[in-house]
Amino acid sequence: MTLAKRIIPCLDVKDGRVVKGIHFVKLKDAGNPVELASRYRDEGADELVFLDITASPEKRKIMKNIVRSVARELDIPFTVGGGIRSADDAREILSNGADKVAINTKAIENPSLVTEIADRFGQQCCVVAIDAKRAGGNDSQSSKNGKQFEIYSYGARKATGIDALEWAKRVEGLGAGELLVTSIDRDGTQRGYDIELTRSMCDSVNIPVIASGGCGKLEHFTEVFQAANADAALAASIFHYQEYSVPNVKSYLKEKGILVRI
Amino acid sequence: MTKIGILDYGVGNLYSLKVALEKLGVQPITTSSLVSRNDYDGLILPGVGNFSRVTRSLGRTKDFLVDWVKDSNPLLGVCLGMQLFFESSEEGPGDGLALFSGKVRKLPSNMKIPHIGWNLLRTRRESRLLEGLGNDSWVYFVHSFYPEPTDKQIVVAETDYGVDFASVITSETKQIYGTQFHPEKSGIAGERILKNFVAMCRN
Repeated sequence: MTLAKRIIPCLDVKDGRVVKGIHFVKLKDAGNPVELASRYRDEGADELVFLDITASPEKRKIMKNIVRSVARELDIPFTVGGGIRSADDAREILSNGADKVAINTKAIENPSLVTEIADRFGQQCCVVAIDAKRAGGNDSQSSKNGKQFEIYSYGARKATGIDALEWAKRVEGLGAGELLVTSIDRDGTQRGYDIELTRSMCDSVNIPVIASGGCGKLEHFTEVFQAANADAALAASIFHYQEYSVPNVKSYLKEKGILVRI
Repeated sequence: MTKIGILDYGVGNLYSLKVALEKLGVQPITTSSLVSRNDYDGLILPGVGNFSRVTRSLGRTKDFLVDWVKDSNPLLGVCLGMQLFFESSEEGPGDGLALFSGKVRKLPSNMKIPHIGWNLLRTRRESRLLEGLGNDSWVYFVHSFYPEPTDKQIVVAETDYGVDFASVITSETKQIYGTQFHPEKSGIAGERILKNFVAMCRN
């Protein structure tokens, strides 16, 4: 099998600017979305994910224009998420140049939306984003209890009481084409991906899993591919602030024997 | 200016394909009904949708496409668009265009499905469509089904995903070209493939 592991820079966008926070809060400015998107494409990013973190109806228009300008620059796949409430919202994002849409809160409130998007636009463009947190606030890799990871909605603000692995299996059955799994505990900390969370997700479903949250070092990528078997790794901070470039990451992974597109 | 028609089945993202063609100096014409052959120098069947639904919705367009190919006008099928060249699909009932004999099959169930991501083209023979590409080029796939042509001569490149499947097919004499991946999403390699197709439309 010669499928490459994917490296996906993520742009969190607020009021037309790229921002990055820690545990979903304490936002810092990280640049212009179109400029960053072009830079990542030139560097050899495998895909780009764009999350509108302050999606609200009045800001939708600004976002639509940004999606369009970014899509124009890209000859790699492009996923857009944030504030997608209906299949018509999805259609609007797709017709402005996105290849996939990521849904999160609305999928939890109305799971049939997953099926509706998959049926209308194809399973391949329906990404379900899952924000998961260790139950009991315990961020040790070895915590063991029945309900280990709980999913949150509204940008990690609202606990749902739903078990993350059960949810993953459910949305797979509903028609999700990919899962974007973010560890709330690790988001922005640069302490490494939650390996246990990612691995149990990969073991639970038969669709690709994109790991997210916590990447801060080159070794974190190796770990998430080798120990957790993720199909793709998403990262924001380490790319935005130019600690590492996409080529740095890829040549490192190649050296470690991981198949990447170079 | 070269004019290339993109058949719109009513779903999905045609924007990237349009932009990619514009960057090559082509005028893309998105249309849901093909009427006059003189309107286009080449046609593209894009990559989104469901086999059964699209074959049902094609209606008369099927006859147009069959005639188009009979006169050796250039036709490029991308992903589902390429699968439509065959007779039938395991995705569901419905008759394809039957431009080639063969069937569209589901990827092996021991693999993650859909097959999503960058995978390698293993070139099996020379073709104008892949001119200028090396032997192993990375291209972007997103699909759950793949074509299995009866005539192996049309297979230009294969890709390994639990099975070696035909990822590029061409018939130079008939001017029919197909890619299972998305050239408009495949960076520089994809741009080169589209450029090669455009060059054939200009002939």
